[in-house]
Amino acid sequence: MAILLDGNTRLIVQGLTGREGTFHARQAAAYGTTVVGGVTPGKGGTVHEGWPIFDTVHDAMRETGANATVIFVPPPFASDAIMEAADAGIPLAVCITEGIPVVDMLRALTFMEGKPMRLVGPNCPGVISAGKAKAGIIPGHICREGRIGIVSKSGTLTYEAIHQLTRVGMGQTTCIGIGGDPLIGTSFIDALRLFVGDPETDAVVMIGEIGGSAEEDAAAFIGRGFRKPVVGFIAGQTAPPGRRMGHAGAIIAGGKGTAAEKMAALGAAGVHVVKSPADMGAKMREVLG
Amino acid sequence: MKIHEYQAKSVLARFGVPVPRGEVAFSAVEAGEIARRLGGSVVVVKAQIHAGGRGKGGGVKLAKSPDEAEQVAKQMIGMTLVTHQTGPEGRTVSRVLIEEGLQIERELYVSVLVDRAAACPVVIASAAGGMDIEEVAAKEPQKILREYVDRGTGIIPFQARKLAFGMGLEGGAAQKLVKLLDGVYRAFIETDATLIEVNPLILTKGGDLLALDAKVSFDDNAVFRHPDLRELRDLGEEDPLEVEASKFSLNYIRLDGNIGCMVNGAGLAMATMDIIKLAGGEPANFLDVGGGANAEQIRNAFKILMSDKHVRAVLINIFGGILRCDVLAQGVIAAVTELGVPVPIVIRMEGTNVEEGKRMLKESGLNFTTADSMGEAAQTVVALAGAR
Repeated sequence: MAILLDGNTRLIVQGLTGREGTFHARQAAAYGTTVVGGVTPGKGGTVHEGWPIFDTVHDAMRETGANATVIFVPPPFASDAIMEAADAGIPLAVCITEGIPVVDMLRALTFMEGKPMRLVGPNCPGVISAGKAKAGIIPGHICREGRIGIVSKSGTLTYEAIHQLTRVGMGQTTCIGIGGDPLIGTSFIDALRLFVGDPETDAVVMIGEIGGSAEEDAAAFIGRGFRKPVVGFIAGQTAPPGRRMGHAGAIIAGGKGTAAEKMAALGAAGVHVVKSPADMGAKMREVLG
Repeated sequence: MKIHEYQAKSVLARFGVPVPRGEVAFSAVEAGEIARRLGGSVVVVKAQIHAGGRGKGGGVKLAKSPDEAEQVAKQMIGMTLVTHQTGPEGRTVSRVLIEEGLQIERELYVSVLVDRAAACPVVIASAAGGMDIEEVAAKEPQKILREYVDRGTGIIPFQARKLAFGMGLEGGAAQKLVKLLDGVYRAFIETDATLIEVNPLILTKGGDLLALDAKVSFDDNAVFRHPDLRELRDLGEEDPLEVEASKFSLNYIRLDGNIGCMVNGAGLAMATMDIIKLAGGEPANFLDVGGGANAEQIRNAFKILMSDKHVRAVLINIFGGILRCDVLAQGVIAAVTELGVPVPIVIRMEGTNVEEGKRMLKESGLNFTTADSMGEAAQTVVALAGAR
């Protein structure tokens, strides 16, 4: 098993005809993902790199039986793409786009209320189920099939965690980049809930960063009885207050959202918190014996 | 993107929010003329910098005549203003706001921002205006009132009334707050603000509500659709190196240490700073070169890093996913050959084509130190920086 993506995934790419969309559609297909087509408004009826292109997500779903979409659409149009996917009723949308205005995401999240679509991201590296399928930009060749889940706000730090786990001989079930924006579709808690239901995931690496309170919320959730071991790391222990550290959401505001608070909350909830980003793999090895 | 107080007030005024009469002056003479135009028995001269705490630092003064306003402005323009938000180096004042003096009955607080956990805008109000709101929240949390706003309806009059009565405003003033908050909220949504803070919001002895001070920040990701607001950016308020870096789409933030870092990805860049600190060193910067960095980008990044004279050693930490390690190595070799980087460089790379990248670095004949893990890289660079 795995979560979100597996051998039954039928993926479409919104923005497939763009440079990023094309590159990552090929990468996903090469990894073994069933990529069934793309959506680019105005190019419906054409074929791109062998994939049929549709004008709308509705059309693409009807014609291909797609059950997941990955969005590579530029920031000004990305919230529109998310809402279109939600309206079409696709169960899963993974939005990679970085730089979507907050007001646009407020609108999109409001629109999504009551609709059955799960959104991962935006501003995230996507999702990969090791050896099965991927949607996004996580390089497939660094993953190994195994029994650890990863949930992270950061892209390259996710790769780092995968690499460290592989080095200590541990593979992954599913790795989820939830994104570094202030407003995102899938929270740490949502991801942890999914891992609860996956019998093949024995333990979870959780990577947070400064800003907001998602890590504290996750700590409270874990404290209430999440039974799988969690190794945690928080990036930005040395970040100055009031500065946005690359990710739109990574900012210590009004003394809130510091790494120290988050590490303390996670530690109190029983998470194995490492101070050094180099220790994530070794700590997991130690915890699982 | 931050803007000055006078700019924030003009944005709010466009949405019908009452603000004191006033104008900005770039010279003492202008300040005197504005004071003359405003008339009245007293004007306020306020230094315009992107930092709070100006009053305590001597950046807000009263003047009882236009001549005195000119004198005060003369002292203020060009001065270095140090507040708890500027850091010890302070900021140079290049412009002042001249405003009418008002008879203040009460000082209140209102702000609008997005609550990340609730994923909706929230209006915050407090009767304890004119103070540091974080301090109020910590010491007297019961004085902080909140109304969460439905994106579909905007702020509803009853919500504004709840806040008004909660702050102890009476009938007429409460009605004025309803109108004022409607304007503040519309300004927040329509300008793509991330924060609008009015502190203090004053109730005058005449019963009027006005934004006596205002802070507005815009969403950097949305500035593209507001060309008029983009004009309000004051590069003089930003670190020159950060401005330079932003021209190359490099995410750079200058810090106090002496170890320069070049990393791909914001999370890994923060983590690299953290591990340098854990190894006993101090990072000189945050620098995210992005996922698709090419040779040109790496050259630009080196230029920015080496413009900081405090840098004693450089740590390059790249996890190649889309960015291949051989492409990175090529870029680093080209940049170092061209720019003649005079400090030790420690490179840790991992991921796509790593063996090829390592071989290229080794065969370049340049003096790189390579490391196999983040931990080892941090130890090495801290030792090299200290040894110099």
